[in-house]
Amino acid sequence: MTLALLEVDNLCVELPTVRGPLRALAGVSLRLERGRSLGVVGESGSGKTMLSRAILQLLPPRAKVSGSTRFDGKTLQALAPEALRALRGKEIAVVFQDPMTSLNPVLTIGSQIVETLLEHLGLAASAARLRAVELLASVGIPEPERRAGQYPHQLSGGMRQRVAIAIALSCEPRLLLADEPTTALDVTVQAQILDLLARERSRRNMAMMLITHDLGIVAGRTDAVIVMYAGRVMERAATRVLFKQMRHPYTEALLAAIPKVEDAPHTPLAAIGGTPPDPTRPAPGCPFAPRCRYGRDDCREAMPGLAGLGDHQFACWHPLAQRPLPWRRDGR
Amino acid sequence: MLLRVENLVVEYRAAGHTVHAVSDVSFDVARGETLGLVGESGCGKSTLGRAILQLPRQTAGRVVFEGIELGEQRAEAMRKLRRRLQIIFQDPIASLNPRRTVGDIVAEPLIIAGEKDVATRNAKVREALRAVGLDPELVAQRRPHEFSGGQCQRISIARTLVLEPHLVICDEPVSALDVSIRAQIINLLEEMKARYGLTLIFIAHDLAVVKVISDRVAVMYLGKLCEIAQTEQLFREPAHPYTRVLLAAIPKPDPDAPLADTVPVGEPPSPIAPPSGCRFRTRCPRAAERCAKEEPVMRSIGEGHFIACHFPHHGG
Repeated sequence: MTLALLEVDNLCVELPTVRGPLRALAGVSLRLERGRSLGVVGESGSGKTMLSRAILQLLPPRAKVSGSTRFDGKTLQALAPEALRALRGKEIAVVFQDPMTSLNPVLTIGSQIVETLLEHLGLAASAARLRAVELLASVGIPEPERRAGQYPHQLSGGMRQRVAIAIALSCEPRLLLADEPTTALDVTVQAQILDLLARERSRRNMAMMLITHDLGIVAGRTDAVIVMYAGRVMERAATRVLFKQMRHPYTEALLAAIPKVEDAPHTPLAAIGGTPPDPTRPAPGCPFAPRCRYGRDDCREAMPGLAGLGDHQFACWHPLAQRPLPWRRDGR
Repeated sequence: MLLRVENLVVEYRAAGHTVHAVSDVSFDVARGETLGLVGESGCGKSTLGRAILQLPRQTAGRVVFEGIELGEQRAEAMRKLRRRLQIIFQDPIASLNPRRTVGDIVAEPLIIAGEKDVATRNAKVREALRAVGLDPELVAQRRPHEFSGGQCQRISIARTLVLEPHLVICDEPVSALDVSIRAQIINLLEEMKARYGLTLIFIAHDLAVVKVISDRVAVMYLGKLCEIAQTEQLFREPAHPYTRVLLAAIPKPDPDAPLADTVPVGEPPSPIAPPSGCRFRTRCPRAAERCAKEEPVMRSIGEGHFIACHFPHHGG
């Protein structure tokens, strides 16, 4: 089996809180190949943001971590801080949800890109300035020379996110982690930002992990998807397989709860009753069992592991029946 | 007509500039209907919702609620009228007083409305909490921080309903909630609407959510109304180029869905310096010279279907 670019093995993260230890991740494993994109979908408390922080080794010092994260064969937990810093920003880049907090408010846009280029690529200052303007243009910022001299607060949310993407892409990373990159943006700006990410990804053959609560975003833009709930992976599959042949009741419930534009007005929504479990009080058994419409006694007793065929895996004692994959409309 | 909004203008000063939040907007809302109000940042939909409640009073134009012109009412009269006009906000946790118990929060409107009898108040509070799916015995003595976002929104809704209002402005009531909870709250609002005979103005940026709950939908852009129609009609045959762009941009949870044919370009300009003529022209694929010189006026293109555009997709 070829070495994947990113390999996460049974990652567990526990955080101490006033109410006791909080189990943020309870054994997450995933593989991401070079140039492929993975969607990580989950609601609040699913652990999806904790996953990206754990991969980047950006957890608070009191966090208890077990399991391993390997990037290009190197175990990240074992790297010295300088080696890690050299990796982050250069080979692994991040785009966060809120560009206003990820951009430095007292530095100009241009100097923030230049800073990254100087730090990681060792370019001369003049070459770095030229490259910065080129990058701003490539992410669709009009009048890039003028904008390079502006401060983050002078740009709109969408523009700031483009700048954050420019900074992330500036050192030609091999992996981009995009954590809810468009949640704070208008829907028309969101579409443009997602298109930009897709374009850059294919141009650079860059691997991407797209973390979001919105199944709609991952549908057309990822090769594979993992669905998380209560710190665990509930289902993992190639994107089309996940949407058309889901086996986990949570995936089915999540999809059913989304209002679809095709539905008639006043169609009652298939809501999921109840609320997500308290991560400081993990119960035995499947965390989704209390809210699962198919839940049975054995579901509450023991936690099912991930099982399935090949790339399609799900953690459920009583998965949904296997469905045939429908033909695509174009006949493929 | 329960509500008539006529030539409404809301402008305010910010850092030495005038923000044209709502510019000459007119529409009616019939009793018992749900009007969806949709648009992106800076379109003025939230400002419009608050102006209807006189929070604050509009700069110009009229808001006529049940035959009464709200802009002309004094504070005392307005306070009485607000029993019939309520609002649910986007951030469920921020809209509840963290230092009060849930019971007190839901009782407060009754106290302000002059309901002096404690027993009556308690009964109404219990009824409102039960109506939104919460057990009064379990929640009344607790404080907001002990509840999730979805539960806080239920408490907000209970507070809104306790006076049995006629019109409820829902300002992005589900945007801050998780997908699975969103569906619960949308279903709850539909149920409450039926049970209490409410009229709703549902403000949101998520078109799919607006579609599922609205009878009619109004699309706003940069302070102006672009299109208004029966929900099915708007989604099936959108006439305004902006409506089309908005619809095409919705991410569909279906990997087989065809790619959008209308690609959105650029971002909404600032409401401080809106473009001349049609405000959407800077991003409109159909814009022509006329659009820069002449502002399009709202006109009918079919049964209950109104549009403000020189070159609509149909009805031109």
